[in-house]
Amino acid sequence: MHEATIAQLAQELKSRKISSQELTKHFLERISRLDADLNAFITITQNDALAQAKAADARLASGEGTPLTGIPIAHKDIFCTKGVKTSCGSRMLDNFISPYDATVVARLKQAGAVMLGKTNMDEFAMGSSNETSFYGPAHNPWDRDTVPGGSSGGSAAAVAARMACGATGTDTGGSIRQPAAFSGVTGVKPTYGRVSRYGIVAFASSLDQAGTLTRTAEDAALMLQIMSGPDELDSTALPNLVPDFCKALKDPWENITIGVPDNFFDKDLDPNNAQLIRDALSVFEKLGATIKEIHLENIHLSVPVYYVVAPAEASSNLSRFDGIRYGYRAEGESGNLAEFYMRTRGEGFGAEVKRRILMGTYVLSAGYYDAYYLQAQKIRQLISQDFSRAFEDVDLIAGPTAPTPAFSIGQKINDPIQMYLNDIYTIGAPLAGLPALSTPCGLVNNLPVGLQLIGPHLSEERLLKAAHYFQQETDWHTLVPPGYFE
Amino acid sequence: MSLNREDVEKLCLLARLKITPEEMTDVASKLSDIVTLVNQLRTADTTEVVPMAHPLDIAQRLREDKVTESDRHEHYQQNASMVERDLYLVPKVIE
Repeated sequence: MHEATIAQLAQELKSRKISSQELTKHFLERISRLDADLNAFITITQNDALAQAKAADARLASGEGTPLTGIPIAHKDIFCTKGVKTSCGSRMLDNFISPYDATVVARLKQAGAVMLGKTNMDEFAMGSSNETSFYGPAHNPWDRDTVPGGSSGGSAAAVAARMACGATGTDTGGSIRQPAAFSGVTGVKPTYGRVSRYGIVAFASSLDQAGTLTRTAEDAALMLQIMSGPDELDSTALPNLVPDFCKALKDPWENITIGVPDNFFDKDLDPNNAQLIRDALSVFEKLGATIKEIHLENIHLSVPVYYVVAPAEASSNLSRFDGIRYGYRAEGESGNLAEFYMRTRGEGFGAEVKRRILMGTYVLSAGYYDAYYLQAQKIRQLISQDFSRAFEDVDLIAGPTAPTPAFSIGQKINDPIQMYLNDIYTIGAPLAGLPALSTPCGLVNNLPVGLQLIGPHLSEERLLKAAHYFQQETDWHTLVPPGYFE
Repeated sequence: MSLNREDVEKLCLLARLKITPEEMTDVASKLSDIVTLVNQLRTADTTEVVPMAHPLDIAQRLREDKVTESDRHEHYQQNASMVERDLYLVPKVIE
């Protein structure tokens, strides 16, 4: 059962060939057997899952439901889930039981999806390896000595190891696409505002966007159909109505032009990865696409722009964690209130989160604001304009998702700059608010590599369709990590 | 560009974040590396560029100023360390 996609399982559930309770028990059994080695889950919600599966079966029996009714999924632990611990991978929220559901969680629940649990992640989504989690690193099922990517590393590992049919994730600088690439799954980050951010623990509010980690583009379409759309509870959720993503996949292929930025094929890109990306482009050429080299003038500044904008917004967003209303509180006496806050936050946050808060505080402090934050927002505008200009001539942009396959646990954790540079190809899209995805396109040293596709604002249909057609022509997305067949 | 101990201590106070003496050297050195990385921004010519306000260049929508939330403080306060008579309590501090 774990071999089937959401689309296939939806048919079997609808025709009552299998029940959601059987399916849910099967996945819970896999989690209890496999997750000890992977650490993909922070919380497993076994009882809730079985109750939701029972309700889904009743709904399906009466001939009702959606394509997600009865499908077992997992949520990244950044999404608030009512009555369930929502830790965001941090000691700060280790004791936090969310009093409400995030919009994404509520919509998937309403559609009848079954929540298996909450997945591991870099603390407050700050990281590219899942190693900054308070709960320890998640492991990549393809090679447990390597990282699954981050920050949505637990979601990627869970889907790759067939411990969930699909999972939610969030992407601020690459946190869905990079783990999808490292773990050999399909990761979609929609347009900024396509999916409501209500109930997602905020990191960098102008960049954060929720999306999916699934086996196929078709499964992503099924989940995004439910997750997307306007939301009264998030003023940055776009008012645009959501097109029928699944219908778009079935539309006949149109001969699109795909732009390939020459700057994405730089010295940082592993030559083996580069070859697989070129092979993937030739698949599109065979489908009838035109490949055109383009140049993004300012994209090389996206990492420094990001490491001003994201920490600045994070330092502001994370100021809410004061140890008074919820979350971790330092024990013992403090000389004054400031010291109480300082101790609580010093003990509650991990090293990377502290660095980013301090960095954000630095770039926003008097005398530095213009030189850093304002300058970064100006260059962000330039980067965005480069994309807009490119999209006058091309329908999609393609390139690598990450410079290398998954790296070893421990390899980069003590060198933040090396860790940050791992996101050079993914940071551009969120800076410009663009939708983007990563789809498996091959193996290097038995580790998966991802092809990244970036589209203009609100072009999710085109992106998903291109990935879906690519997946009809290739079988990289069907590969199972060795040892996870059974 | 390098940040010294005093710079970091000032940032820690502004950010209400305690760094232990053992952490200090590492924090100062890694922050300095990050500042060096972001200093690349100074090389770009941004004369007459309007800073980005929204990635899709749209304004936030407004809504009517009416109360939509009900009072659920008891529910929310279940996550607090100490509550008395509906008030959040902080540990005793002497200022």
